[in-house]
Amino acid sequence: MAILEIKDLHVSVETEQGTKPILKGVDLTARDGETHAIMGPNGSGKSTLAYTIAGHPKYHVESGTVTLDGMDLLDMTVDARARAGLFLAMQYPVEIPGVTVTNFLRTAKTAIDGEAPAIRGWIKDVKASMANLRMDTSFADRNVNEGFSGGEKKRHEILQLELLKPRFAILDETDSGLDVDALRVVADGVNRAKEGTNLGVLLITHYTRILRYIKPDYVHVFVDGRIAEEGGPELADRLENEGYDRFLSTANVN
Amino acid sequence: MLDHSKLPSKQHSDGGWGLVPIQSRAGRFSSYDVADFEPVTGFEAEWKYTPVASLGALLDVKLDGGRYDFSIEIDGAERSNLSTAWVERTDARIGSVSTPEERASANAWTGFGEALVVTVSGDELVEGRVVRSAFGAQPRAAHTIIEAKPNSKGTVIIDNSGDALLAENLEISVGDGARLTVVSVQDWAHDGIHVANHFAKIGRDAFLKHVIVSLSGSIVRVNTNAHLVGEGGDVELFGVYFADAGQHLEQQVYIDHDAPHTKSRSSYRGALQGQGARAVWIGDVLIRPSAPGTDSYEENRNLLLTDGTRADSVPNLEIETGDIAGAGHASASGRFDDEQLFYLQSRGVPEDEARRLVVRGFLSAIIQKIGVPAVQERLEAAIETELRSSIALNRDERAS
Repeated sequence: MAILEIKDLHVSVETEQGTKPILKGVDLTARDGETHAIMGPNGSGKSTLAYTIAGHPKYHVESGTVTLDGMDLLDMTVDARARAGLFLAMQYPVEIPGVTVTNFLRTAKTAIDGEAPAIRGWIKDVKASMANLRMDTSFADRNVNEGFSGGEKKRHEILQLELLKPRFAILDETDSGLDVDALRVVADGVNRAKEGTNLGVLLITHYTRILRYIKPDYVHVFVDGRIAEEGGPELADRLENEGYDRFLSTANVN
Repeated sequence: MLDHSKLPSKQHSDGGWGLVPIQSRAGRFSSYDVADFEPVTGFEAEWKYTPVASLGALLDVKLDGGRYDFSIEIDGAERSNLSTAWVERTDARIGSVSTPEERASANAWTGFGEALVVTVSGDELVEGRVVRSAFGAQPRAAHTIIEAKPNSKGTVIIDNSGDALLAENLEISVGDGARLTVVSVQDWAHDGIHVANHFAKIGRDAFLKHVIVSLSGSIVRVNTNAHLVGEGGDVELFGVYFADAGQHLEQQVYIDHDAPHTKSRSSYRGALQGQGARAVWIGDVLIRPSAPGTDSYEENRNLLLTDGTRADSVPNLEIETGDIAGAGHASASGRFDDEQLFYLQSRGVPEDEARRLVVRGFLSAIIQKIGVPAVQERLEAAIETELRSSIALNRDERAS
């Protein structure tokens, strides 16, 4: 049983106007096999939470803790967090010129597992996952994210999720910019990963649309750097009907 | 103010004062005799990026131009298709390709005793690797000619290592219909100084691939002139360089389209790391009225891995005909992208390895185009070594 615990997390970023607090005390506990939808208006701190957990240097943790099975994630390098079982599917994954998808995937798999995967089984796994995600085989020879469409980038993120087999995945607005067919393909990929490895998921989204395909066990509503409301799947339905206005009217909108 | 009319130099005899800007790259002064050039001040267009104070001997001293030891390895079905010979200064091939355009080049020309000629013939592909590692640390000159006979197919690798205080000229003659690859690897001792001028003349329907790889040496300047004199001539010029702390790596490229339907592609990429690492690229492309239907593209990209590095990148394009198929250039010098690092690290890849992957990927775009597997493998290994040592250095700096 794996457990990701976030306790009283305060995070700031440096801006031209000085230090700006973004997260103002976040508490969240997720167990393996669970799917937590993290919803909220733009600027409420959802992505900051994702990148802070993953260890992006832009975000400064002022106080609080993030642990994975009791291990202090905040004390680890970015790569050590990944090797501990964390995965972040990014909203805007960067291009890496001259590094092919094949090379990248094998390098990452080797780093995560601590040893190179057995070649035959690995190639088979890659091909099967790519076929599931409706990715053309020519993808393997392309450079990472170079010239990928928005949808191709998202599929490539989920391909990594399937192959690297993390214990917890944070999906940062994976649904943004996808048409309904692509959304279904990507959601199926996440669901396969959940079934195969009992993956825990933090699903960050602005819209409820993706929740039709990836069923959340819990829904957390972020407003102004805090969780303003929590509940079960029914909370997402309510947000679909009412939007975020009810939270924004009482919150301090930046 | 110098009175140029009273100087013995012919360099500025046309303008008198030396103050008239040269309007076209084609108008640059040239001569075989070093005495025709004025002393280098460092303000000249061809010297202004180079640490000329460190080149003293190569610019002004009479150079040792005797034979030097080299070895040659030949590979191919018909090994006799490639041969080498020392020839006298009076040999008709000497000077058949071009004339020096700057003082170090002219000093090397004035100073060399005999020229080494590499001849490629026959239509069976032949590959020759000329290993030069015995120049020593005394100032010296060298002259080399690579002659690809009409319709021949060959690869010539010039593999440089060891001590060097060397000024040299290389004339490359690509006969009609010939296909030639020339790779020059500069992997000198750390204090090596090398000023080279490569002159290529590309005949009708001929193809030259020319690759400069500069890895080690304190000042390494390899300038390449490619003159497309025959209709349908095609040239690809590539460069890969890795500048460490205190190292100056320079390449000035001049592509002269002088015949119809000629094509050129040039692409140079370098990584720079450490205090005082310098790279210079100047890319001059001239499309003459005699070259309608020309297609040309040049680019230079630099990856600055640390603070304290500097890359100068200067593309120049002169088009003298209205009838061209294409002409473009691109130049970009950027810092290491921390988002790339974060992305790779977030996939479990440790920081050092992630850096290596990014730099290797950046340079591999050129390495993959060399088309000589042995050279590619060796290069990848050499870059790996550079990256390991410099990244370790970088980490130590960060830690301290």
